[in-house]
Amino acid sequence: MKKAFWLAGAMALALAQPAMAADSVKIGFVSTFSGPTAVIGNDMRNSFELALDHLGRKIDGKPVEVIYEDDQQKPDVGKQKTEKLVQSDKVDFIVGYIWSNVLLASLKTAVDSKTFLISANAGPSQLAGELCSPYVFSTSWQNDQTPAAMGLYMNQKGVKSVFLIGPNYAAGKDMLAGVKSTFKGEVVGEEYTVWPSQLDFSAELTKARNSKAESIFVFYPGAAGVQFLNQYAQAGIKAQIPLYTAFTIDELSLPLQKDNAIGIPGAQEWVNDLPNAENKKFVEDYRKKYPGLRPTYYGAQAYDAAQLINSAVVAVKGDLTKKDAMKAEMEKANFKSLRGPFKYGNNHIPIQNFYLQDVVKDADGQLSLKTVATIVKDDQDKFHGKCSMK
Amino acid sequence: MYLVVEQLLNGLQFGLLLFLLAAGLTLVFGIMDFVNLAHGSLYMMGAYFAATFVAWTGSFVLGALLALGATLLLGIALEYVALRHLYGRDHLDQVLATFGLILFFNDAVRLIWGPAGLALPLPTWLTVPVQIIPGVYYPAYRLMIIVVALAVAALLYLVVMRTRVGMLIRAGASNREMIGALGINIKLLFTLVFGLGAALAGLAGLMQAPILTVQIGMGENILILAFVIIVIGGIGSIRGVFMAAIFVGIIDTMGRAFLPDLLRKVLSGAAASTAAPALSSMLIYLLMAIILVLRPEGLFPAAKR
Repeated sequence: MKKAFWLAGAMALALAQPAMAADSVKIGFVSTFSGPTAVIGNDMRNSFELALDHLGRKIDGKPVEVIYEDDQQKPDVGKQKTEKLVQSDKVDFIVGYIWSNVLLASLKTAVDSKTFLISANAGPSQLAGELCSPYVFSTSWQNDQTPAAMGLYMNQKGVKSVFLIGPNYAAGKDMLAGVKSTFKGEVVGEEYTVWPSQLDFSAELTKARNSKAESIFVFYPGAAGVQFLNQYAQAGIKAQIPLYTAFTIDELSLPLQKDNAIGIPGAQEWVNDLPNAENKKFVEDYRKKYPGLRPTYYGAQAYDAAQLINSAVVAVKGDLTKKDAMKAEMEKANFKSLRGPFKYGNNHIPIQNFYLQDVVKDADGQLSLKTVATIVKDDQDKFHGKCSMK
Repeated sequence: MYLVVEQLLNGLQFGLLLFLLAAGLTLVFGIMDFVNLAHGSLYMMGAYFAATFVAWTGSFVLGALLALGATLLLGIALEYVALRHLYGRDHLDQVLATFGLILFFNDAVRLIWGPAGLALPLPTWLTVPVQIIPGVYYPAYRLMIIVVALAVAALLYLVVMRTRVGMLIRAGASNREMIGALGINIKLLFTLVFGLGAALAGLAGLMQAPILTVQIGMGENILILAFVIIVIGGIGSIRGVFMAAIFVGIIDTMGRAFLPDLLRKVLSGAAASTAAPALSSMLIYLLMAIILVLRPEGLFPAAKR
């Protein structure tokens, strides 16, 4: 009898074990880890891991478990992976999402289950407006903001007309709309290309040249940015029509774009040389931990996402059921962001500065990005009025 | 007017590049009756070899020639080691096996060259635009693609129509059993044809590389187009592939260039700019569907089997 009692006790303990093991912070990370854009996903993962290193691999004393899932840059796959993370892994947070179309497809699953979703890159206009949710935060931007900053810079330069080229998906449309929202000159043409399969832009470049526009603006993230700059230079248009960009030149594409990228300005909320202590440490440690690689804004945003999660979990002393308190804490953006301090708008999108970046040769003789000027301070996206959260 | 000329050239250049890829595919498919999904991988390998050899030798032309040789050898080795055992099998088995090869090549490339992709920079004499007629400039490199591809097409035509090997290839396409029975070493012929197909794919890859980037999986999207072309042109027919590739290249480019403006006359601006890229990318598949209905054999079918 006594033996049976002990046995029952031991079994109860054994059963209780999983509940104790679950006393960790579980984070799902959805990004692209295969195909030509896998380099972006790798950079985000590297930076996220570095953030966890800096946190001592623990959040509020609890071990952190990260489950990385590959969305293959496809909305349907991203949605499936999000469902898996929410329903079978029961994660506390979902982080990641490079692509706006993947995020839009996955959003409902996360929001319906009241799982916190932190977009570390994608910022579709819908997310900032009618689809905003108490459970969704961004450590990046709303898509329109960065190109809108570029539009402001083009006004400063006195550019009179522009030809816009971008990919035909959610972010591409936001980006071109963003430039148009601030650019005061004439938009002489607007071309959308098939995404992500179209890699030859000869037809669009020919039209841009024949439009007699004073400038060209493009948005081509990842390898497409390399291809666009190649073709832009080979067609001899670089010498004729200046190019302005958003998210087209970064530390991943630069080693392939090489001299083609010199003299082409871009707008960004984070640049590797921003002068704050956290950022210096991030860039130095990244280059130490991953020799031969350099962090990008994708990575910086993923790093910030880890810090944002940390701030929320610490505020509720590890009680992950207190969702309202965690939300309230995250709304304060109470952590040291790599871009410097920022505030959250009512829609949980950062209100932040945007900088002008240029391509220069650094001390090692390698091409790198450099902050030239602040284009706009404390910029808030223009969709926050459509968000029902006040 | 100049715009139309320039866009026609863009279409011609794209079509000729597709021809290089599809010619190899149709040779293998038509003559060996072998479905090679890994053709796109050979295209990718051509580009990676070229990027590597150009960096080693410092000369674009020399690097490209070495890469061409390397892809030829790779194709022959691949045929000898793996594909030779699949000839008698069902098409489905071949699809499965060559799909496995795609995965194999993608991961091999990831291991050898890393996931980030490579750049293949052009020599300066190829990066300047050329004035072809007054007022129309065209990138020198794209002109070179047109010239090289036309030369290869002519050479291929001469080899297939005027030489003994070409006669055997044509005979193989019409009736494989018969030329085997006539004492021709069909195994050797097949290895040769496969190597030639691989070299053509490699050539397409290395020519395309400076325009695009050299990256993992670069052959997969374009392979679909190559299959469309051989279906339109007629399986096994070099002439058919040549015509179909140019059709497809020009239709695709013209669609992208002029459809948005046409649609904008009918639809609102936003709807037109969204619908136009989708529609223009459908055009070639539409063309394929129409041709399949009207001429299931393709435009220029090879001689009846």
